[in-house]
Amino acid sequence: MPLIRDGIFVEDNFATIADGEPFPANGTIVSLARFHKDREALLARNAPVGVRLKSEESPEALGEDVHRLSVVVLEFPKFRDGRAFSWARILRTRLGFTGEIRAAGHFLYDQLAFMHRVGIDAFEVPENITLPEFHRALGEMTDVYQPSADRRKTIRQLRAGFETLPSLPSGERAG
Amino acid sequence: MYRYDEFDARFVTERVAQFRYQVERRLSGELTEDEFKPLRLMNGLYLQLHAYMLRIAVPYGTLSARQLRMLAHIARKYDKGYGHFTTRQNIQFNWPKLVDVPDILADLATVEMHALQTSGNCIRNVTADHFAGAAADEIEDPRPIAEIIRQWSSLHPEFSYLPRKFKIAVGGAAHDRAALKFHDVAVEIVKNEAGETGYRVYAGGGMGRTPYVAHVVGDFVATTDILAFLEAVMRVYNQSGRRDNMYKSRIKILVNALGPEEMRRRIEREFAEIRAGGTLEVPAEEIARITDYFAPPAFEALSDVSPEFEATREADVDFRAWSDVNLAAHRAPGYSIVTISLKPIGGVPGDASHEQLDALAELMDKFGIAEIRVSHEQNLVLPHVRKKDLSAIHARLAELGLATPNAGLVTDIIACPGLDYCDLANARAIPIAQRLSERFADLKRQRDIGELKIKISGCINACGHHHAGHIGILGVDKKGVEFYQLQLGGSGAEDASIGEILGPGFGEHEIVDAVERVVDVYLERREGSERFLDTVRRVGLEPFKERAYAAH
Amino acid sequence: MANLPQILTANRLRDGDVVYWRGGTWVTALADAEVFPDDAAAEAMLKAADVFVKGREVVNPYLFDVRIAADGVKPVKEREIIRAAGPTVRVDLGKQSRRYV
Repeated sequence: MPLIRDGIFVEDNFATIADGEPFPANGTIVSLARFHKDREALLARNAPVGVRLKSEESPEALGEDVHRLSVVVLEFPKFRDGRAFSWARILRTRLGFTGEIRAAGHFLYDQLAFMHRVGIDAFEVPENITLPEFHRALGEMTDVYQPSADRRKTIRQLRAGFETLPSLPSGERAG
Repeated sequence: MYRYDEFDARFVTERVAQFRYQVERRLSGELTEDEFKPLRLMNGLYLQLHAYMLRIAVPYGTLSARQLRMLAHIARKYDKGYGHFTTRQNIQFNWPKLVDVPDILADLATVEMHALQTSGNCIRNVTADHFAGAAADEIEDPRPIAEIIRQWSSLHPEFSYLPRKFKIAVGGAAHDRAALKFHDVAVEIVKNEAGETGYRVYAGGGMGRTPYVAHVVGDFVATTDILAFLEAVMRVYNQSGRRDNMYKSRIKILVNALGPEEMRRRIEREFAEIRAGGTLEVPAEEIARITDYFAPPAFEALSDVSPEFEATREADVDFRAWSDVNLAAHRAPGYSIVTISLKPIGGVPGDASHEQLDALAELMDKFGIAEIRVSHEQNLVLPHVRKKDLSAIHARLAELGLATPNAGLVTDIIACPGLDYCDLANARAIPIAQRLSERFADLKRQRDIGELKIKISGCINACGHHHAGHIGILGVDKKGVEFYQLQLGGSGAEDASIGEILGPGFGEHEIVDAVERVVDVYLERREGSERFLDTVRRVGLEPFKERAYAAH
Repeated sequence: MANLPQILTANRLRDGDVVYWRGGTWVTALADAEVFPDDAAAEAMLKAADVFVKGREVVNPYLFDVRIAADGVKPVKEREIIRAAGPTVRVDLGKQSRRYV
């Protein structure tokens, strides 16, 4: 499946492996269960590690280990299941995760802008989506009413001509 | 009232374009119906029994004359000449074509209206006390904070794919006219001992198949923290609300499964973090800025006694009857709050024709009335009327068929569209309301009965608020035949309670008689000035049950 | 008990109007609808309707039971009776209104 990261198509340099499979040479993405089971071995390897969370799995289950991960994959089992929107937000804001947050599974064009706002920066997209479409989706609405992980200025801040944003709790990434 | 600035205007315009593109993709086959359905619902578009239905938001129930005219225009141009006001202060059109909906939304945007989040599993249109800014018993106008919540909830990136719908109401008076405790979340404006204004926040109320009265989850939330607090509630719900069973996915199920204490603990944890982040703080200047939009009109210094008003009351028996029942106390001397009943005897509760909408707009202009309200009881309200204008206003309303003197009486019935329009309904609701109102049409009898709220739903989803009716009626389907269950003792006011089911259902031709027998029991057993509800609470269901089924 | 005859119905995508199946096309009046006397034929036709769903002509096709009376077919359920006619509280609207034109 094609991968868009930071707004462009990129090579996926991670292999997602099933729970019984051996680790590949390079980057690997495992389930949360596998991560808990093989944590020591995974982190001891000299290769980047990612964890794929099911929609009912909170990233808080990763604890401090989250900072040793390169990527967290959030699964959308069906597009109506919106838990991952909160997981992404928690990863960025509460846990201060600065690595890649990748969306996988079933989601719609019409959700891309929301996903981007809550901190998802990589998308496993269907074959037929083009880059112009992807960017169109992100740009449909010029302004937003709520602060989120993307730290876009809100309409209220624009009205007030705010130049600086309130300080963020430590760990929340800028930009 | 609130006016869009350039940001709000662009937001709504771009939202129309976004929906237009969604419709295009549906028509071209790029989106399946399964994918399109949640998108159209988030813009208030249903596919009902006969056609599409478009539900347009009337945020906190406030409309200007200009907006009323636009609704009349839409009814004429795209629909069949009428609209239906709902129990959530919205208006519905029952016959729009899918291909016309983007144009309807574009027309609405020109008068600062939209259909954003009037359906779907997202934060719905925010409702408020329909007497806001006028009621004598009000601490503060709830609409500024409702507007702040409206903006925050519009296309919220984190909370647009919730487990289920999410309804928020705001009230700020001693008397609850917004059914606060039956909402997913309610914000009640309160004062603490130091005299400061803050918010008591409730969560987990609701009707539907599992009715609950809400629990308090925030005793006194500071005004600057309200969005942080609401975001905390939403985050707990989005994470933990059930998604495996749509009948158990509302926040009321979560609150009652966890228990209110655990719910509070989880909210507190999120709230502490969000609050510390500071990004959702609502500065006092912002609250003041929004509040300015809702400043009451400059009330004239009038005597509370109006000779014109008193003279017409003397001379005109119809006016006297109407003014006895349809006026409420205003905070300014010499002014009144007028309830315009959309419940003519034998009529469809909540329906208004395009002629009526236009004529009301004209009436507003003529008497310098800047805004009109939609009540959750499916009536309209003129919030600020000089008493000396009342007789002329009444005369005009009477010509329009809008002067039924029954506000709060037994014929002021709430009814959902039911099986006459709704795809989900099991039974019709409107014809039952019509026959009940015909049965109790006699005004003397109505006034003898006094306050009695009948609420009718055509299915368990309870859009007609039957759980909160003094008399609630629920339509059910028994092998293809309509039956009606009676519930007694519900209340949607500050003394919120859920009605109890009386017993087996009544047939379509029995239900009106059954209600009448129940009312007779009240008339025989009431003590002093006791309302129907009070008598039910005092004597219990038994005497009513006995009589209701006596002739069965 | 023998199964009742059935009719295939849907809503038109573009305007939402209620339509019924008749010999390869969709018609707007219940009286014109094709009645399937047995389950197998009805189910086969419901499957065949999928082409029209994919072709974006209709949405949500399904079957409902009817009884054959002297004056024509009558749906078993109140819901389909109202759907075929229009709101009972506004007989000037919906399909029934044609009788009043």
